[in-house]
Amino acid sequence: MRFSSPGVLETQRTKLQDRAGKVKREILICAGTGCLAGGSADVAQAFRTETRAAGMKVGVRMVIKETGCHGFCEQGPLVILMPEKIFYQQVKPSHVKKIVESTLKNGEVLQKLLYKNPVTGERVETYDLIDFYAKQHRLVLRNIGRIDPEQLDDYLAVGGYRALPKALAMKPEQVIDAVKKSGLRGRGGGGFPTGRKWATCRKVDDQPRYVICNADEGDPGAFMDRSICEGDPHAVLEGMIIGAHAVGANKGYIYVREEYPLARKRLGIAIEQAGEGGLLGQDILGSGFDFTIEINRGGGAFVCGESSALMRSVAGEVGEPRAKYVHSVVKGLYDKPTVLNNVETFACVPYIIDQGAKAFAAVGTRGSSGTKAFSLVGKVKNTGLVEVPMGVSLRDIIFGVGGGIINDRPFKAVQTGGPSGGCLPQSALDLKVDFDTLTEAGSMMGSGGMIVLDDRTCMVDVARYFVNFLVEESCGKCVPCREGLKQLLIILQRICEGKGRLEDLDRIGNLSSVLAQGSLCALGKSAANPVNSTLAYFKNEYEAHITDHTCPGGVCKELITYSINDACTGCTACVKVCAFDAISGKKKARHEIHDDKCTRCGACITVCPDEAIEVH
Amino acid sequence: MELDLKPLQGILDKHPVESTALISILQDIQLHYKYLPPEALQQTAEALSLPLSKVFSVATFYSSFSLVPKGKNVIRVCMGTACHVRGAGLLLDELVRQLKVKPGETTECGEYTLESVNCVGTCAMAPVVMINEQYYGKMRISKIKRIVKT
Repeated sequence: MRFSSPGVLETQRTKLQDRAGKVKREILICAGTGCLAGGSADVAQAFRTETRAAGMKVGVRMVIKETGCHGFCEQGPLVILMPEKIFYQQVKPSHVKKIVESTLKNGEVLQKLLYKNPVTGERVETYDLIDFYAKQHRLVLRNIGRIDPEQLDDYLAVGGYRALPKALAMKPEQVIDAVKKSGLRGRGGGGFPTGRKWATCRKVDDQPRYVICNADEGDPGAFMDRSICEGDPHAVLEGMIIGAHAVGANKGYIYVREEYPLARKRLGIAIEQAGEGGLLGQDILGSGFDFTIEINRGGGAFVCGESSALMRSVAGEVGEPRAKYVHSVVKGLYDKPTVLNNVETFACVPYIIDQGAKAFAAVGTRGSSGTKAFSLVGKVKNTGLVEVPMGVSLRDIIFGVGGGIINDRPFKAVQTGGPSGGCLPQSALDLKVDFDTLTEAGSMMGSGGMIVLDDRTCMVDVARYFVNFLVEESCGKCVPCREGLKQLLIILQRICEGKGRLEDLDRIGNLSSVLAQGSLCALGKSAANPVNSTLAYFKNEYEAHITDHTCPGGVCKELITYSINDACTGCTACVKVCAFDAISGKKKARHEIHDDKCTRCGACITVCPDEAIEVH
Repeated sequence: MELDLKPLQGILDKHPVESTALISILQDIQLHYKYLPPEALQQTAEALSLPLSKVFSVATFYSSFSLVPKGKNVIRVCMGTACHVRGAGLLLDELVRQLKVKPGETTECGEYTLESVNCVGTCAMAPVVMINEQYYGKMRISKIKRIVKT
């Protein structure tokens, strides 16, 4: 239906909320990319079939919902039974019949499917008792996992599009003022105050103006924006419409990464629904304000996450950044005033307008208000999507929410901020995570990728990894980035092969400062951060590669050997998997690795049940 | 083999005759033909009154475009940071060995194209291998044989 005025919208919302209140039972099935890959669509189908077969519709209104990502992707597919909040993990279609029979009909909880606390070993019954969720503060992600992202009614029922009529009733300057007071800073990594950006754009005497949402989440190890677009797409649209009203734009674009097909699909559905509902298009909610949104599909270039490159790409050109003597708020897309914000930033806006700037500013720290979503991944027990108030410590995130390191191995470092960030060691664990503190420590908070590294990670290899990434992704426009990174890679490659020289470390320093000073865009300027931070905190590892020809992390192939220890039970699993006939041994007798044939492919390690293969 | 240019005309007709539509047009061509045939680039340039060099520069800048036909199935090994520290490089090495092609190449039979990709954003299931639109999480070298038949 079309909402011709705020009143009509509110009437519909009340109706939807009444209806939602009558629902006795909800079965929430995660349909994020992770759980879908694990087969959650089949699980949902099985629930529909089994509940129908059990005749469960009678007397009980029940909803089976495919929701956005619950965040706990490691344990997918996830199913939550409401109202009890019973949390089942790794659910397969074959489990569904049992769940319907035992839990839904008789109220018995299936212990086997409950999450096991990795620290205490105890089974946890409801999701709010799981450390992973209990220690989070979900503000931007508040709807994700609770609503069906493909249903506008679901978003309306949880208070969606309540901020929009409020904002439309305000003067644009008042909206900007509220965003300023909230202290919201750009979540894409730059941390620029959003209100100030909007105010500057509004003041430029030029038309038309544009609003762009940056969903080109290119940092490896980061998927917050994907989850928001997939799980709560209307929140992004609502934030954009409010932003457009504030700066006086009638046309908006969402630039979505080519690698995110599901995000594109769900945003597309949301745009269509919002258009039909009169929340986008002509005369939005009868206010006289017009705004349309178009989705742009990225072409698979990391550099297009940079604002000026992204704008050129939207215009159908090669995505090369430009020098920013003139800011894009003044001359952006098609040389017209343009506001570009990240997905998460836009998703914060409805909350700020609806709950008030004060409520948002009350969370987090003075300089960095609100919450921040992180993708906590790597060698950590609870991986997934995490949202915490700004200012909590790295330790709280990694060891509190994340539950510590896999197999309780020693923590070595945490990589934050993607290729523009760096690696922080054990001694930095108590630093507060906000826009400024991590930058001072030589990394940055960035867009929210947080990759935990354990003792079996080689820090030189991590540095090489990022430089290699940037060599591939450098747009090639400016010399320091294009050529400097190539040289940097050659040096790091050499060190990883044990052929490095001590003077290489000085050379790395020189190259880094050329990159930082001479590059055109922020990507080039920050490209040496991963190298500099590893060199600052893990110089001993560089030296071990160069002088001792050893790799302390046991990663660099040229510097390591494999051997089998006494734990070997002679199961022959490794013999079967080795493609190079490098392992010999009889059944039930200790096996042996022949170094001349071994290529260090690691296949044996992944199949050995006894952890008998050692890396030196 | 002669290229069927009829679908190309349909694609060009669907988009506005403006240079800003260039990337969208190329994406549709790539989707239909599985690559950007030279004739198609030529026709696109003429249709939009753009120099061929400009069309070519866009076609070669973005990694989602390919100037050579891709295989029936595209295998993408995620090289994101989370996958990297959980052994994605070893998976790629193994696929190179089994398929006998380097990343970016297509097997002789035309069955598989092997690609490495910088993060598909499913880091919690690292390491991840994608075959066409299907994600395979927590991959192990020993599992590769199950999903790729050589």
